[in-house]
Amino acid sequence: MPGKLKAKIVAGRHLPVMDRASDLTDAFVEVKFGNTTFKTDVCPKSLNPQWNSEWFKFEVDDEDLQDEPLQVTVLDHDTYSANDAIGKVYIDIDPLLCNEAASVISGWFPIYDTIHGIRGEINVLVKVELFNDLNRFRQSSCGVKFFCTTSIPRCYRAAMVHGFVEELVVNEDPEYQWIDRIRTPRASNEARQRLISLMSGELQRKIGLKVLEMGGNAVVGYLQCFDLEGESGLVVRAIGTACTLDKLSSGSAPNTATHTHPNTAPASNACNSPSKDGKEPVFGEDLLSSSGPPTPFRALPTSSSSPPPLSPSKPCSRQSSSSDTDLSLTPKTGMGSGGSAGKEAGPLKTLLRQQTQTALEQREFPFFTLTSFPPGFLVHVGGVVSARSVKLLDRIHNPDEPETRDAWWEEIRQEIKSHAKALGCHAVVGYSESTSICEEVCILSASGTAAILNPRYMREGCLDIGIVDHRFEDPSPPSCGFCHIPYDELNMPFPTQLTYCYHCRRQKVPDVLFTTIDLPPEAAVTGKGCLIQARLCRLKKKAQGEVNATAISNLLPFMEYELHTQLMNKLKLRSMNALFGLRIQISIGENMLLGLASATGVYLTALPAPGGIQIAGKTPGDLSNEHHILTIQKRINDTIAKNKEIYQINPPELTEEVVGSPIPEPRQRSRLFRSHSESSDEVSELDLSHGKKDAFVLEIDDTDAVEDIHSLLTDATIPTGFNSCNTEIMPGIYNWTSAVQMFTSVRVFRLSNANLTNQGLNKIFTDLCENLLKSFYFKLRSMIPCCLCHLNFTVAVPEEELIQVAVTAVAMTYDKDQTQEKPAEKPITKGCIETEEQLQFPMELCADSSSTNTQLSSKISGVQETTNVSSRAASVDYGSFADRCSTWLELLRLKAHTIRRGSVKTSRRTQSLAHSVSSLERSSPVPDGRSRSLRSTRGFGGSSVTVVKMTPLSFLPGTRIIKYLGIINMFFIRETTSLREEGGVSGFLHSFIAEVFAMVRAHVAALGGNAVVSYSMKECVFMENPNKNQAQCLINVSGDAVICVRETDQEPVPSNIGQTCTSETDGAT
Amino acid sequence: MAMELDVFVGNTTIMDEEVYQLWLDGYTVSDAVKVRMEGGVMEECEASADVLLSDTMDQYRTFQMCERLLYSPAKLANQLLFQIPPHRQAILIERYYAFDDAFVREVLGKKLSKGTKKDLDDISAKTNVTLKSCRRQFDNFKRVFKVVEELKGPLVENIRQHFLLSDKLARDYAAIVFFANNRFETGKRKLQYLTFQDFAFCAGQLINNWTVGAVGEQIPTDHQRSFRFYMDVDLDKEFLQELKELKILITDKDLLDQHKSLVCTALRGKTKAFNEMEANFKNLSRGLVNIAAKLTNTKDVRDFFIDLVEKFIEPCRSDRWTAADMKLYLTHYTNSAHILDTFKHQVVWDRYMGVIKSCIFKMFHD
Repeated sequence: MPGKLKAKIVAGRHLPVMDRASDLTDAFVEVKFGNTTFKTDVCPKSLNPQWNSEWFKFEVDDEDLQDEPLQVTVLDHDTYSANDAIGKVYIDIDPLLCNEAASVISGWFPIYDTIHGIRGEINVLVKVELFNDLNRFRQSSCGVKFFCTTSIPRCYRAAMVHGFVEELVVNEDPEYQWIDRIRTPRASNEARQRLISLMSGELQRKIGLKVLEMGGNAVVGYLQCFDLEGESGLVVRAIGTACTLDKLSSGSAPNTATHTHPNTAPASNACNSPSKDGKEPVFGEDLLSSSGPPTPFRALPTSSSSPPPLSPSKPCSRQSSSSDTDLSLTPKTGMGSGGSAGKEAGPLKTLLRQQTQTALEQREFPFFTLTSFPPGFLVHVGGVVSARSVKLLDRIHNPDEPETRDAWWEEIRQEIKSHAKALGCHAVVGYSESTSICEEVCILSASGTAAILNPRYMREGCLDIGIVDHRFEDPSPPSCGFCHIPYDELNMPFPTQLTYCYHCRRQKVPDVLFTTIDLPPEAAVTGKGCLIQARLCRLKKKAQGEVNATAISNLLPFMEYELHTQLMNKLKLRSMNALFGLRIQISIGENMLLGLASATGVYLTALPAPGGIQIAGKTPGDLSNEHHILTIQKRINDTIAKNKEIYQINPPELTEEVVGSPIPEPRQRSRLFRSHSESSDEVSELDLSHGKKDAFVLEIDDTDAVEDIHSLLTDATIPTGFNSCNTEIMPGIYNWTSAVQMFTSVRVFRLSNANLTNQGLNKIFTDLCENLLKSFYFKLRSMIPCCLCHLNFTVAVPEEELIQVAVTAVAMTYDKDQTQEKPAEKPITKGCIETEEQLQFPMELCADSSSTNTQLSSKISGVQETTNVSSRAASVDYGSFADRCSTWLELLRLKAHTIRRGSVKTSRRTQSLAHSVSSLERSSPVPDGRSRSLRSTRGFGGSSVTVVKMTPLSFLPGTRIIKYLGIINMFFIRETTSLREEGGVSGFLHSFIAEVFAMVRAHVAALGGNAVVSYSMKECVFMENPNKNQAQCLINVSGDAVICVRETDQEPVPSNIGQTCTSETDGAT
Repeated sequence: MAMELDVFVGNTTIMDEEVYQLWLDGYTVSDAVKVRMEGGVMEECEASADVLLSDTMDQYRTFQMCERLLYSPAKLANQLLFQIPPHRQAILIERYYAFDDAFVREVLGKKLSKGTKKDLDDISAKTNVTLKSCRRQFDNFKRVFKVVEELKGPLVENIRQHFLLSDKLARDYAAIVFFANNRFETGKRKLQYLTFQDFAFCAGQLINNWTVGAVGEQIPTDHQRSFRFYMDVDLDKEFLQELKELKILITDKDLLDQHKSLVCTALRGKTKAFNEMEANFKNLSRGLVNIAAKLTNTKDVRDFFIDLVEKFIEPCRSDRWTAADMKLYLTHYTNSAHILDTFKHQVVWDRYMGVIKSCIFKMFHD
């Protein structure tokens, strides 16, 4: 009996009037945990009752603590009839079970009713006393930290990355139980909410157990989803990456992550190639169709079941299974090697690599849900791997047991694994899974990026040493390494044009790279990036059961192919050569399939310039046709030129090629030739496209093609002052200012015309998405210059003839005038370690960036400083710095700080000392933050509402996360039987989304936090019945509750309190 | 594209001040879109009419949801549903409670009852303020009235605290409440030339000088005179009673003559209108003192302004006094009374004339 849960009900406010006669309410509260219930006294005739109850104590198993939520019900006492429920609050007490997270939950919670929405607020205090039971961790998994963030959280260091964890639990959906016919909608909704809350708790506990078994202490990139299967049940499943995290002194995380400064350091990572996947449709008892879009312009290799043979002669063959080294083997610490690929690697390196590979291969699934990695983690990237499978839910033999679904996912994961192998990769990063369900048909999808990882992180070992050594050992830029191909040049998994890396000129790179991960912070990028979307609708005959499933699985490969072609075309049109954060979603409806692929396009400096797009007609004789083609060609060329300007893509190499000078510059040419000679396979292919070597040919042979080209060209341009991307960071923008605006937008379009064609549908769908974007730009125009980051589109076909698009994103402002060449600026870092390191180089840095163009400077710094620089540079944030420099006072304080720090630290070697120093200093803000929030939430009058910022990103610009308080994972149902009175469907959903935001903010504030990072809305299921004046909506959201302080808060004690407060209030824009 | 459903919700509630104003002014969504198009927002951001429509609908919905909170603005600060930065909250409230002078002029001094509310469509037609906006303004008046009616303490301060309004707006509301409570007649044709601001100024004078709260501040604690204490929605009944004593100024012939001669001596040679002043002195003095003496009757309180105009302002105006003449005259008229040795009601006189003077200055338009 290892835990005591204590709850105290303090007060209520803004309660609804429950007694019409007196216009007042006689409220009391029931507090329930497990099967134990306590009640407060009735507080008669008040809309703002003060209960100030005793502490209600629950003595419970920690297993229950993990699974169960605390349920607080507010009721109106009625002497003669049954008491009326006002509403409920479910409080997830998981954050209290981990000593590093929150220690108390205290604050105002909205009282929520599934029929009426928010009805007043209640002030609750919750504490947990865990007994010091040594066996505690065996029984349950208290203490395992969960993060939605898909990178190593900011104030932690990854001591070890263990790998993939997954779990799935199934239950009967209360909506489909017989009892649902006789109970009220409210009871049914509450049963569902409670069940999902329980299942989520159970799921987390089970995953936690797996993590403990692996020896880890945290799950990063935790992704939990619901499948509302209907009759066959309700599935909650989750995947994540198990890690061992070490807490850094607060805020001084080695800032590997996202918003970093690529210009000072060239990157190592990269991207590669078009998605590849198997495509053999397997028909079993259930239909499995795994479709990987063959890259359009190249033939795909054969079925994935037999991975292409790997040449055994290569020393770095990925398949080597020789040495059976265990994870626990001490790594060669000196061997960092972020970048250089196998060929140049010494034998030692090869050995290391083999070790990792085998280490990875021992795992069932070498998958990582992370999308952003510590420097040096990612060695090479192979390309996107994906698999889909169509299943029939009514064929599940034992619907209440998870086995069947487990087997399904197992199948898909195996396939992903084999695809990765075919790409010469031993791991899959940026891995995610999703489903789309329509009636009894379900598509399971998984995708990720095949990659080769650095062994260092797979085993216990000192990362710091690795980094330091790395700097001395490998003078070549480690940064472009990720672009270098991981697969065998002679046995390429798919035809592609290889060239020597335009950055280091040593390794081969592909011409295009597609990935599902974020752009590595160190990556060398030319110009800016932008959101690229491919959209597609396909009509399908209505059918049932197996026929339907077959029809769908037959359509899937075509859809993927077409989406892929669109992506490629749009990429070329923007003169870019790589996609990051690629997410392809396919949703099924009764009579159509929707496909939406979103990604962020960039121009990677390491990859060759993309060729133009060439239009060719099938019938050369026709004069008018030829004229038509010429016009289109001209428009395309104009668009490309314009886009280059917009995205500032002007690498010197590019100009030569684009002009299309028939004789390439000698240097380049020779390189090309070399590549020819080296890979004989390729020669013929290059010959084919002779004369327009990278031009991409589009044939206009029918009206479809014309339509395609039109749609290609009609993509609206982004208004000036805006940028957009679906990744964590926007390549090319580094100077964020602190204004953020997270938003959710939902649109549902009703197809009026019954006999639509595919083209017509495509047009509608495209317009729907484009209009959404346009309306974001318009609404957020006051934030210009600003970037819409992490634009996450979700499409669904809720009913026949309805298309639903839901978007969650964050708009962030940046400083336009400020560029990296401002000489006076000193880079500011996210964490204090970087501050120290950075002090040693500021002069070089400034000189570099001010005197040369970005590309050059990046090369120089890369050569001179290598990894250390890149990790430091990763944390540079010019924008927020300049922001802060606006006042002299702050500047002075900063300087003072710098000097003080400088004296502590004498050389880079004393890093560990710095760690400890800073940890001491850092620790103080935490209690401050807590006491402040307690103070504020306990106040009854006045404006005591803590401002809580929300963002889908893992960071907030201009701030430093000093503490993670736990995961937020909430599920709400809202139903109405008076749809018209609530303002129709839009009014209903508008208030529901606002309520969900409010409840998330309240829970975060009660944990003592002031922000949610990695926020996402995973599910938004909307159903309406306007004839009955009814609607219902389910929303599931998640994120990480954090405390963050302004980045400038370097001084520990006195200034901190003030600034913490200001940072809280200034957030909203 | 006509959407079945179309919503946009920001973590920080997004509000466009222009749209808010259109909403407050009672424009329908489609009219608001038209106005915005003409205003040129579209060019600003390459938006289309669709975008504008969707944005306007979103904002209108947001405002409708906020409206409930605006009824008691203090709630806006500690509600959890909308995250609105404090300065925006202030704007929302201030604008919501702002009113059209043309509208308020029509209902000023009327009973804030259902009957008046029924006449709003006429007022709407007359003032060119949309009916929706009229209703909002009327409901605001009524809401503020109901809340402060029974509250102790200074009226303006009460309004400012309960409705979080700016000082200026709180004063205006105080005037509206005060007029509604005392039912001052403002609608007569003779009063048409006066603006709301004229009346608001006068109300301020009355509240500050003639109510219980006006003198109450010198009395230390608030449970001495129970209910009546500190209420400055009502005129100070004792004071009104005392005003009757002033009658002596016109009933006592000696006093009247003495007063006249003192005033005339002071004025002689200082104004062109001296002759008229001298000729009219008794009339004017009778007028002002009679107003004072009658104020114990509620009916006569209602006619306070019309009496001022009829008994004083109009005669002066027909004699072509200038504003300066008026000032001069009233100053000496007031001060001379102090020199009258048989006149014992100096305090009441000052309290009375101070307000009368400033009201007349305000109401006397050149």
